[in-house]
Parts: sequence; structure tokens; C-alpha cells
Amino acid sequence: MELTRRQAMILGAGAAAATALPLPVLAEENGAADVIKAFTGGAEVKDGGVEIGAPEIAENGNTVPVEVSADGAASILLVSMGNPRPEVATFNFGKLAAASSAKTRIRLAGTQDLVAVAKLKDGSFAQASRSVKVTIGGCGG
Amino acid sequence: MAKVKPRVKVPKKAKAGDVITIKTLISHPMETGLRKDKKTGDLIPRKIINKFVATFEGEEVVNVAIDPAVSANPYFEFDMTVPGPGTVRFEWTDDDGTVYDLEKTIKAA
Repeated sequence: MELTRRQAMILGAGAAAATALPLPVLAEENGAADVIKAFTGGAEVKDGGVEIGAPEIAENGNTVPVEVSADGAASILLVSMGNPRPEVATFNFGKLAAASSAKTRIRLAGTQDLVAVAKLKDGSFAQASRSVKVTIGGCGG
Repeated sequence: MAKVKPRVKVPKKAKAGDVITIKTLISHPMETGLRKDKKTGDLIPRKIINKFVATFEGEEVVNVAIDPAVSANPYFEFDMTVPGPGTVRFEWTDDDGTVYDLEKTIKAA
């Protein structure tokens, strides 16, 4: 079949729309975007200002040490893009917290991206993502 | 079930205005509810610690909402500004409603 110029234009527009669909960095299937949306209330999330500390390669997905921090954040939501369930933990920092940062250990089912969304004191949101390679997944089964 | 035992590391003494690092760990299986019993094939019901709160003399320091993706024996580390001598109280809430708690006193340095 030979494409006319018009058909080619339509095809091209369709392809562009398809690639533009997963708007933020996220191309997940576990509903992480919904979780983030519930946290932000649909507000705009800007990139940067949040740090995720995690090993580049985690040998054991059952306990992956992770650190999240964001200057002046009231709370930080940590989301996994590749786990069966996206929620990992939500940290809320009170008045006595010296820094909006916390360390914990989490389970990762496989190599994936972690996303941290911080709610800043002025009510705006910021996010960052980091990919972690997991050698042995950690969700049992 | 193994006994749930909370452990925390808090400096014994601190001056007002000091920033201290607090480390907490509680022994808990954190059953995700997604795992299957290998013999019967039945799902093992979810049983996790879903909430962790640290307060200093009633003032909140951190409050963590926990989901099954947090590892067994959940560990948390955070920084706190010490307003003065007092008691830090840690509370972990289990899915079944049990609250495990621990208190540590910080003396004036």
C-alpha cells in the first residue's frame, strides 16, 4: 500500500500523541500515577528539589536501603514503579524534625524506578526519580 | 509468631538546639498479603506495621505511613532538633490494631 501525504500526517500525529501520553516520566502499570495524583491532589509537580539516595545496584530486593530528602518538605511520598503495589511509604515531618529527610529499607520486586514526591511547606510539589537495578527481587512468591 | 521487639538508638544526653540522629528498628515480619503459602497455595494474609510515629513531649517529630513495600523489620532513621531535656516516644501501629511503644529520655548535657 502506498501512503498518501495526508495519511502519513495522520499516522505521524497519532504516534506523537501516543508517545506524549505518559506525561511525567512514568510509564507504569501498577497505578503509581494515581497514587501520586491522590497525594498531590492533581497539582502541578515540578522536577528537582528532592533527593533519593539508593544503591545503583541492589543485590537483594528484600531490603534496599533508601534515603529521601527534600529541603523544606512537609511530607515526602515514596512510590515504586515496578512493585505490584506502588505505595512504599509517606513521611510526614513535624516541627522538631531537624531535616526533611529519612532513611529506611524497602522491598523492590525488580529493577525499576523509584519516585519521591515532596509536598513543600508552601504547598507546591516537587519530585525526583531514580532507577535501581535489583539482582534478586524481593516480593516473595 | 516471633515476639515483636522495638529497638531505638537515641543519644542519652543532648543540649537544647542540638540535632540528633535517631535510629529505630522493630522486629516484625511485614507480611505483604501478596505472598503464597508454598504448600497450600493460599495467600498469607497481610500483616504489617502501617504507622510509625515519633513524638517528643507530645510534639510530633516524624510520622510515617507505611505500606507493604517496606522491608521486614522496618528501619527508620531521621534527625531531630532537641528543644531541651525530655522524653521521645515511639509508637508502631500494627494492622491488627496493636500498638508497640517505647520511650527514651534525653537528659540535658
